[in-house]
Amino acid sequence: MLERDEDILQAAEEWKKAGHGVALATVVETWGSAPRPAGSNLVINDEGTFLGSVSGGCVEGAVVTEALDIIASGQPKLLEFGVADETAFNVGLSCGGTIRVFVEKVA
Amino acid sequence: MNLETLTQVNIERAARRPVFVVTDVSNGEQRMVKAADLAGDPLEAELRKQLRMGKSAMIEVGGKKLFVNVYAPVARMVIIGAVHISQALAPMARSLGYDVTVVDPRTAFASPERFPDVRVVAEWPDVALPPLNVDHYTAFVAVTHDPKIDDPALLHAFERDCFYIGALGSRKTHAKRLDRLKAQGASDDNIAKIHAPIGLPIGAISPGEVAVAIMAQITAQLRLPKEGAS
Repeated sequence: MLERDEDILQAAEEWKKAGHGVALATVVETWGSAPRPAGSNLVINDEGTFLGSVSGGCVEGAVVTEALDIIASGQPKLLEFGVADETAFNVGLSCGGTIRVFVEKVA
Repeated sequence: MNLETLTQVNIERAARRPVFVVTDVSNGEQRMVKAADLAGDPLEAELRKQLRMGKSAMIEVGGKKLFVNVYAPVARMVIIGAVHISQALAPMARSLGYDVTVVDPRTAFASPERFPDVRVVAEWPDVALPPLNVDHYTAFVAVTHDPKIDDPALLHAFERDCFYIGALGSRKTHAKRLDRLKAQGASDDNIAKIHAPIGLPIGAISPGEVAVAIMAQITAQLRLPKEGAS
């Protein structure tokens, strides 16, 4: 792992204090062979810069896109990704697992 | 998450104190619980269970789905004695996610060649240990078999309330050690914490097998419910 979780949350705090819009994505449920365990964090700022991970890189792009909307709206969202969801999000987990990701704005 | 919560979580994590964030994923309602405030919390039993397992998870309480994110400190291991057992134990502990440090004042033992990729401090315990910030989330293993090195290290481990303390030595060796530690001011509660002879009784013979026995005992101490707790 490149960044420890504390660095990820530290970055979220620093971005927010520097005046950025920031969203926090957290893996809340996993089924099958999901690459990152529940509790894993990804933080995203309003410039689209992100740190951390919620999968092995398969769905981060989609989460970042959703996060930018959530930074604008302030409404949290529960996202689900898996092999069955390819039509909904055009991304999926190649490992065959399913994950749910909670995305919220840092307010 | 509001900035105040995020800041508090970061403070607790930097201080190596466990902290929980409980989120109702249906509406985003959220609260933070510090480990020190667990007693009497409406979710005390659930949070303690998740902390013991070191696992974040979705739980259902009163028809609500709540996500409990456990931010637990990374466990450390301090090994006193750069001996053969330690050469097997250090990489094993690392593979289990422990942050490992080996301490041994005998420079012939405490050489980087014998411990690739592990932090080795070739100093006496009184010099080596204070900067390591040994705390409750530390497994403390004393295996030099030399009272001059092991004894002061064990006294330090008592002071820092390590969740696991183990020391190498037969029952006879250990009985003598307890007398020495008591003479140096260790309480009965302190010495009762020492696992000795060290490791689960699995008939271990080789250094690698002894390392397995120690690692299994530490894991049990970390993960199994404490007596009298849920």
